Amino acid sequence: MSAGLAVLSSGFRGFARYLSGVLGADAYAKYLEHHRASGHSGPPLTEREFWRDRTDRQDANPQGRCC
Amino acid sequence: MATAPENRSGSSGREGAVDTDPALPPTAVDEAVRESEDSKWTPGKIALWAAISLLGGVAWFMLAIVRGETVNAIWFVFASVCTYLIGYRFYSKVIERFITKPDDRRATPAEYKADGKDYVRTDRNVLFGHHFAAIAGAGPLVGPVIAAQMGYLPGTIWIIVGVVLAGAVQDYLVMFFSMRRGGRSLGQMAREELGVIGGTAALVATLLIMVIIVAILALVVVNALGESPWGVFSVGMTIPIALFMGVYLRYLRPGKVMEVSIIGFVLLMAAIIGGGIVAETPWGADIFTLDKVTIAWGLIVYGFIAAILPVWLLLAPRDYLSTFMKIGVIVMLALAIIVVRPEINVPAFSEFASRENGPVFPGALFPFLFVTIACGALSGFHALISSGTTPKLIEKERQTRFIGYGGMLMESFVAIMALVAAISIDRGLYFAMNAPAALTGGSVETAATWVNSLGLAGVNITPELLAETARNVGEQSVVSRTGGAPTLAVGLAHIMQQFIGGTAMMSFWYHFAIMFEALFILTAVDAGTRVARFMLQDSIGNFVPKFKEASWRPGAWLCTAIMVGAWGAVLLMGVTDPLGGINTLFPLFGIANQLLAAIALSVCLAIVAKRGTFKYLWIVALPLAFAAVVTITASYQKIFSPTPAVGYFANNAAFSKALADGKTEFGTAKTVAAMEAVVRNTAIQGWLSVIFVVLSIIVIAMAVLATVKAFRNRGTGTEKDNEDPALPSRVFAPAGLIPTAAERELMAEWEKVPANLRFERAGHH
Repeated sequence: MSAGLAVLSSGFRGFARYLSGVLGADAYAKYLEHHRASGHSGPPLTEREFWRDRTDRQDANPQGRCC
Repeated sequence: MATAPENRSGSSGREGAVDTDPALPPTAVDEAVRESEDSKWTPGKIALWAAISLLGGVAWFMLAIVRGETVNAIWFVFASVCTYLIGYRFYSKVIERFITKPDDRRATPAEYKADGKDYVRTDRNVLFGHHFAAIAGAGPLVGPVIAAQMGYLPGTIWIIVGVVLAGAVQDYLVMFFSMRRGGRSLGQMAREELGVIGGTAALVATLLIMVIIVAILALVVVNALGESPWGVFSVGMTIPIALFMGVYLRYLRPGKVMEVSIIGFVLLMAAIIGGGIVAETPWGADIFTLDKVTIAWGLIVYGFIAAILPVWLLLAPRDYLSTFMKIGVIVMLALAIIVVRPEINVPAFSEFASRENGPVFPGALFPFLFVTIACGALSGFHALISSGTTPKLIEKERQTRFIGYGGMLMESFVAIMALVAAISIDRGLYFAMNAPAALTGGSVETAATWVNSLGLAGVNITPELLAETARNVGEQSVVSRTGGAPTLAVGLAHIMQQFIGGTAMMSFWYHFAIMFEALFILTAVDAGTRVARFMLQDSIGNFVPKFKEASWRPGAWLCTAIMVGAWGAVLLMGVTDPLGGINTLFPLFGIANQLLAAIALSVCLAIVAKRGTFKYLWIVALPLAFAAVVTITASYQKIFSPTPAVGYFANNAAFSKALADGKTEFGTAKTVAAMEAVVRNTAIQGWLSVIFVVLSIIVIAMAVLATVKAFRNRGTGTEKDNEDPALPSRVFAPAGLIPTAAERELMAEWEKVPANLRFERAGHH
């Protein structure tokens, strides 16, 4: 019973993680990972700054959405 | 395993070997190992593919050969899925092997241009979902519904066979070539490969096509919301919901995308339920019952404001909502069809399949079926998404087959489900809903009389059924609710109420469907206006450099106003058209979309030729030729056909003559003003067709010239290669959904590499 529940909850968590990836909710985490891996000297953008920058850049580079 | 520089005969030789870091495990599965894995047919594998082929064959037999009273919807699912699997496993591999020739030892733009923002290596399965959400919208939900006039089989065959041989090929090739060019857009590739004339023609065509596509998508929304207080309220509520989400993400809890999407979804459901309550009240019905012209103007004003507001406030949050809904709805619809398995009593070929005067869209099966269903089979618009955005996120070259080709197969499946939903409703109801009011007369009695007078086999509809359907879905009327969306919504409500909720829930499901279609379309309208505005700014910027500055407000606003004005004019024309609007304009939408596909395939043809692959050029030439023949024939008929229902100019002449003869009513136009509107509209539609087809012929001709030139120069090494230089990759990831044995082995090896070695550390570019 509890094993089944564990499978269910891990399956649900996997699905939630997938969905958040598709939505792009993990963008900041990926940015941090890139920042760490690429060995930048300056501190990374804060979460608030990152998301501001992200949507503001979309203003200048619109992306199409299909019909 | 060593990274011995083995013979790279499989890859186009001129790019030279890529030297990968010897300290790292290989970044690609060894060619020989992959080949042997691919060509080794174990008994299990043979049994699996035999079973898939058999099931697919039986399903096609049930759909195409067996002529019973009804056919079960489950056969559509089996026929499509089995064909997709076979196409993916065999045909896309042929393309990979002989045309694209991916090399996993090369770094992708996401790796060599990595910036943590636009260029980010993304897990292939996540990117598949992301790409799918970007390409799939309202298009595959609308076209198949309208095409159902001809019966289910022509549409089904075109959607399934078309995607395997044409649509998915286009998406895959454009994505791959854009990836090899650092994520360049289709327009930039056209200029590079086809020269200034071809590139400029492609740019102008793309701009015009976007205007048409946005206008007709908007027309679908207007038709769905006209005289529907429930729909207007709940769709209108998406705007404050999106604004709230935008503020929440910007100021309250930045980055909590999942959280705000769930909040938004709950609010959306509340808006649908609330819409039902509001529409019941006298004041609600008073405020929100709007005629189509008012809604069209509202949409135009909205389109302008939405396109100049900052992205974070409206576009970004609605995009989250739209993606969330898209995935949810499609999963739900698939489950419902599999569980409910509705019986379809629409004939394989209807009475209109062999005529050219169908009430839903005019014209003969060839070529008009193939332009009516664009999205889902072959959609040129995808080339704009497959170039640019997605290629910047791809982790490994080999994954493009899964994401590009596979993503398009998925969209095709959505189109099949939309078709099933639309044909699961009564046929008489279908025609009563989709014929223009000029034919049905607008009331349940006249509509029933008209439908029964068509002489369709097995169709005998009563006014009571029409009235009852309207009552069940919570609308005042379902007669002449053209545009495809309301029909799909009724079909979906019909299937879903058997799955969850019963008849009492039908009105909820109907407005749920209208809501998500409107949501997809509004996102496409907003994004399309923005993209078109930038293209216009860029083009004007060649003459007036100031326009190139994206931050220069007057320029941005002026260009937005021009684009909104352009699609708004076409939208108003469609809304007020005495001939019905959607049935005269929808062919133009399909033609525009397919012409864009022809342009994209032309660019691919030139690239493939320049890479020196002539033996397999037919893989690109086949869909290109088909798209060219279909769209040029359709355009030709729209321009030159003497049948007024088909030819724009024939209609124009007929109405002009009637006016000259002093008639005060003619055909479905009951006043002189209406007759003048028809003259004006048909002239505009006719000249638009002329411009489209001329531009596309220029682009195709340029591509053929480039191909011939490449053929003459073959082997001389004089053809310019526009690919980015090959850089060695430092990562590995499997190519498809499920890793193969060799890929798993390699992944295990990479697991052992210390983290500090695994990623390129020099991230400054």
